[in-house]
Amino acid sequence: MGQTIIEKILSSHSGKSVQAGEIVVAQVDYIMGQDGTAPLAIQAFNEMGGKAVFDREKVAFVIDHSAPSPNEGVSALHKLMREFAKEKGFRLYDVGEGVCHQLIPESGRVGPGSLVIGADSHTCTYGALNAFSTGVGSTDLAGAIISGRMWFKVPETIKFVCHGVLPAGVYAKDLILYLIGAVTADGATYMAAEYTGEAIRALSQESRFTVANMAIEMGAKAGLMEADEKTFAWLRRFTDHKFAPVPADPDAAYARVLEYDVSALEPQVALPHQVDNVAPLGKVAGTPVQEAVIGTCTNGRLEDLRIAAGILRGRKVHPEVRLIVAPASRRVFLEAIEEGAIRDLVEAGAAVVTPGCGPCVGTHNGVPSDGENVISTANRNFKGRMGNSKAQIFLASPAAVAASALTGRITDPREYF
Amino acid sequence: MQFHGKAHKFSDNVNTDYIISGKYKFKTLDMKELARHVMEDLDPDFYRKITAGDFIVGGTNFGCGSSREQAPLAIKHAGISAVLAKSFARIFYRNAINTGLPVVECDTGEIESGDELLVDLAGGVITNKTRGVAIPVKPLPAVMIKVLNDGGLAAHFRKYGGFNFD
Ligand code: SF4
Repeated sequence: MGQTIIEKILSSHSGKSVQAGEIVVAQVDYIMGQDGTAPLAIQAFNEMGGKAVFDREKVAFVIDHSAPSPNEGVSALHKLMREFAKEKGFRLYDVGEGVCHQLIPESGRVGPGSLVIGADSHTCTYGALNAFSTGVGSTDLAGAIISGRMWFKVPETIKFVCHGVLPAGVYAKDLILYLIGAVTADGATYMAAEYTGEAIRALSQESRFTVANMAIEMGAKAGLMEADEKTFAWLRRFTDHKFAPVPADPDAAYARVLEYDVSALEPQVALPHQVDNVAPLGKVAGTPVQEAVIGTCTNGRLEDLRIAAGILRGRKVHPEVRLIVAPASRRVFLEAIEEGAIRDLVEAGAAVVTPGCGPCVGTHNGVPSDGENVISTANRNFKGRMGNSKAQIFLASPAAVAASALTGRITDPREYF
Repeated sequence: MQFHGKAHKFSDNVNTDYIISGKYKFKTLDMKELARHVMEDLDPDFYRKITAGDFIVGGTNFGCGSSREQAPLAIKHAGISAVLAKSFARIFYRNAINTGLPVVECDTGEIESGDELLVDLAGGVITNKTRGVAIPVKPLPAVMIKVLNDGGLAAHFRKYGGFNFD
């Protein structure tokens, strides 16, 4: 019988041909921990009696979630990470380099067929590069850092076939929000998602990361796509390594195959306080917002900043709105400076913060006040997510966030085209 | 493994930000301190309502959201003996087992807050003493039973020097 993408990758990394339902111990190609999870992983590493990391070239820590540190508690944990990485001799990406899920793909170490684990739930992002990457906790991470291996249950796969082409003003973010709304927050729990169809193929590589990033918001273990010329062109910017594509077999078995036509899709918004609480933007258009956020591992890439700058250029952010922009990485930041997008955003009134997670997870950089509404390009709008459980978070595309920042109300970005 | 205590019921989709908010978990490795804030955004007084041995009871998709292992650890350090839910998010489920917090998949529709429960993991059954009903438990995969019996993944590694599932 044929295999899905994830069955193939778990087969090649466990040395035997596997199907959904089996439990395997597989080799991992790359391992990542961030400042919310790595400190506990260091503790677990010591508890396990760990001495060395299995391969110094295949482990990285990233300080991105609370970077630069907002208080001495965080500073102590950052120091612990720096010392551990230095002692064991592996790479640590420090304050200002960017969000882990931008940095790991930019490192060129992940591509088609790779198996990556990260102690961060959005590690599923690299599925856009035809890799199997998934989020784990700190103890699993420590076990993998020591042994280079981890156990997995081979998941079943749901295939999402997206037909048609997205209309102007409607983006990858709208597409994935729509899919999450359709299948709900646990629609793919214990399973992998494969995204395919002409609408996915038409997306830029950067947009594909946005789609894969949010697979976890439907409960999925991974969000995978096939590799094509766009994938390889993107990878060539970062590595000479020749990756072999891993396509799904035509006769692979799927738990479900869901087909959608996206040609008439409208801009979407996830309403407070659940990501699957999705509605067409029109339904909440006019809702006042006091904070707008562009960035995160979902939508902080150059393409996103460019789209936002296109709308904000020559205009001014509404006087009662704070617009916060966090580029996904230093590279993205520099490229956005070079092409003028940062100037456009800053002139319009944006506050640009350190490349990294920005205000996404409530540790710093823009905690909203009681009763405030935030519109954000992030991937989660849970109550309290941004550090205040009395604020409401709406999730949308960079274009919709930029348009809303201008008017002070949730606004359809197509009004600015 | 047998546990006896009262139920604290929550709704579907309890996410890891509710279990322990990011604003606390980034600051410290002191799990006793984190435990004080467990479920705070859903019920500000929750920590004070717990008697050691009690259960958290959820609906579907319990523990969705981030990979933070502080979530099961904060629950465990708050004195909760096990989490019962209709279904769990997969990272939370793994983390719970890895850190030695029992997680039990079962139909929680017949459990309300305050109910007195007897959870028998080996026997695969939950007795709701308040309502006089027995609720069957979905068995854990063998790999997970092994890790749980070893006292979590760290203890498993110490014991075998790596993965040992044969
Ligand atoms: S940007 Fe937000 S979702 Fe992404 S890794 Fe950082 S905290 Fe997590």
